Amino acid sequence: MMKIKTPRNGRVRRELEKRAPKLVETGKKTLILQGTKTSGTLNGVLSEIYHLKKGGAVRFTRKNDNIRPFESGGETSLEFFSLKTDCSIFVYGSHSKKRPNNLVIGRMYDHHVYDLVEVGVENFKSIESFTYDKKMAPRVGSKPFIAFVGEGFENVDELKHLKEVLLDLLRGEVVENINLAGLDRAYVCTAISSNKVYLTHCAIRLKKSGTVVPRMELVEVGPSMDLVVRRHRLPNEGLRKEAMRTAKDQPKKKIKNVSSDAIEGTIGKIYIPDQKVGDVALPNKAKGVKRERREAKKKEANERASKKQKEESE
Amino acid sequence: METETESQKPFQVDVGNLLAFNPFHNFPSLPTSRDELVKECLQEGTKLVQAVADSLFNLPSTEDVDGPLVKLPPPTTKLPREKHLPKPKPPTKWEEFAKKKGIQKRKKDKVVWDEQTGTWKRRFGYDRVNDDKDIPIIEAKMTDEPGVDPFAKRQDDKKKRVEKQEKNRLQNLKQAAKIGALPSHVQLAATALPITGTQAPPKKVTKDELGNVAGMAATSTASGGKFDRKLPGEKPAKKQGKHRRFLPVVEGSGIGSREKEQTENVLNKLISKHSHEILNVNKAVTMYNVKKEKRGRNRRNEEGKSSSATNKLKPKKQLQKKTGKKGPGSSKKGTAK
Repeated sequence: MMKIKTPRNGRVRRELEKRAPKLVETGKKTLILQGTKTSGTLNGVLSEIYHLKKGGAVRFTRKNDNIRPFESGGETSLEFFSLKTDCSIFVYGSHSKKRPNNLVIGRMYDHHVYDLVEVGVENFKSIESFTYDKKMAPRVGSKPFIAFVGEGFENVDELKHLKEVLLDLLRGEVVENINLAGLDRAYVCTAISSNKVYLTHCAIRLKKSGTVVPRMELVEVGPSMDLVVRRHRLPNEGLRKEAMRTAKDQPKKKIKNVSSDAIEGTIGKIYIPDQKVGDVALPNKAKGVKRERREAKKKEANERASKKQKEESE
Repeated sequence: METETESQKPFQVDVGNLLAFNPFHNFPSLPTSRDELVKECLQEGTKLVQAVADSLFNLPSTEDVDGPLVKLPPPTTKLPREKHLPKPKPPTKWEEFAKKKGIQKRKKDKVVWDEQTGTWKRRFGYDRVNDDKDIPIIEAKMTDEPGVDPFAKRQDDKKKRVEKQEKNRLQNLKQAAKIGALPSHVQLAATALPITGTQAPPKKVTKDELGNVAGMAATSTASGGKFDRKLPGEKPAKKQGKHRRFLPVVEGSGIGSREKEQTENVLNKLISKHSHEILNVNKAVTMYNVKKEKRGRNRRNEEGKSSSATNKLKPKKQLQKKTGKKGPGSSKKGTAK
């Protein structure tokens, strides 16, 4: 026996529709959580990532000892959280003697683990330790510039994977229109060696230059850290193919009241509402235009002029 | 990926993502101090951001209240989706039938002209056109049975139609769910089985109980649940291996020989030395009583079915039979069968 359950509330229905799979996807939400033990630096890293992604991130603060991303049985909790919070990227921090300051960044496809990258954090500098002019601080939720420097990102497999995952994580919402005045942040990732990446967050200062394009100046504001790639897991071929599938170009949205003809080209229909004859203002009703008024005014002016003359003459 | 030639160093710029990649830079020797490293990274970063901004600011822009608005081109780097592509809804049974027959959809108006009152009334809802409660008189037809309320019959018919429609809707949704195209706001939930007769509704099992049952099932296998395939994330059973109890190797004096006791019990059961202890008297008595009650109940049922109309005429006979049965039964309680 099956029962059909539909939401009785408009709000709930809208929420469900937001979570439904779409043809063209906007940004992914991030889930930030921690494992059995975390260190001070790791706590700082996790909270700063949460601040950077304030609009689209969920932070869990309790410890989760049954999550082990790289083991086959330890992902069920992660998938459950991803399903409940509708998050497709997760950042899992844990600290142990073997892997100090460990960060596992993973992505989900259909709320199942798609791929994972494990990095260690070194030389972490938090936002508070940077001194800069506070007026230039980037606003929350602005779309960032992302810059990758280094041949390591092209040659080394793990760094290539890390590059893709970092792009997904730092990207923010996918938008069609962007306001040029609101571009104020940039992430710079440099491959220092074959397994180390220096990631930093900078504010952008625009300086006048001769042309339309202003000159960019980067000032370090945000957290900066060294990421050491430890392990990674690529997705299976089949899963990867399915996830990379895009819909063919959507059929153009039908514009109402526009049709096209082979002979005449584009034809549009314009609907004019019925004219309400009784309510239209009569053109002759304007005050200053009435002949009588005009003549009356002239007479008055003449009378006054004649009065003055009389007085003067007297 | 666009390539821009800029002083012999082509960058890969993806304007849609505001991304720039310089694949040709490398550190021939790591700078000694951290500050040097940071400075060089920022320099390279600035170059890349400048490259993106060049193409960005040259896009056609429209003036907005807050500033110039540009329309970004679609991103060129392909990233994996987060959810599967939405599948189109399969046509319902009615839609297929309509397509086959060529029936077109007609747009219905919200208000309909009501002849009876001479006004425009809603098609459905409060104060609607053909409401069942507005009918004052229903003329009797030759095919009508006497004793059937036509108004109630109309209501029943409507109920049946509504139920049939619900059933069809459920079938359509099940079909859509089978291919994975269920609409996002609908969920199909499996309800519990209907309660039949005197069966109690199935109790909800708690997490601990499930764990215990799984453990018991494991130990009941020949190898004690050691090689059973486990679901991902399942913890090993609490009491592993078979339940075995071994006698202590060294027995203290004064306890008596436990081994002797064990073998004695086994032998007694086999040879049945004390036969009077074998019969469980209480069990035998209850079995006999239950059998008797069943027999009495069956006979009463048979009588009830045959003489429903004449029940009123024969009450006394049943009473007599009841007492009659109990008399000899009570005297038989002490003996075994």
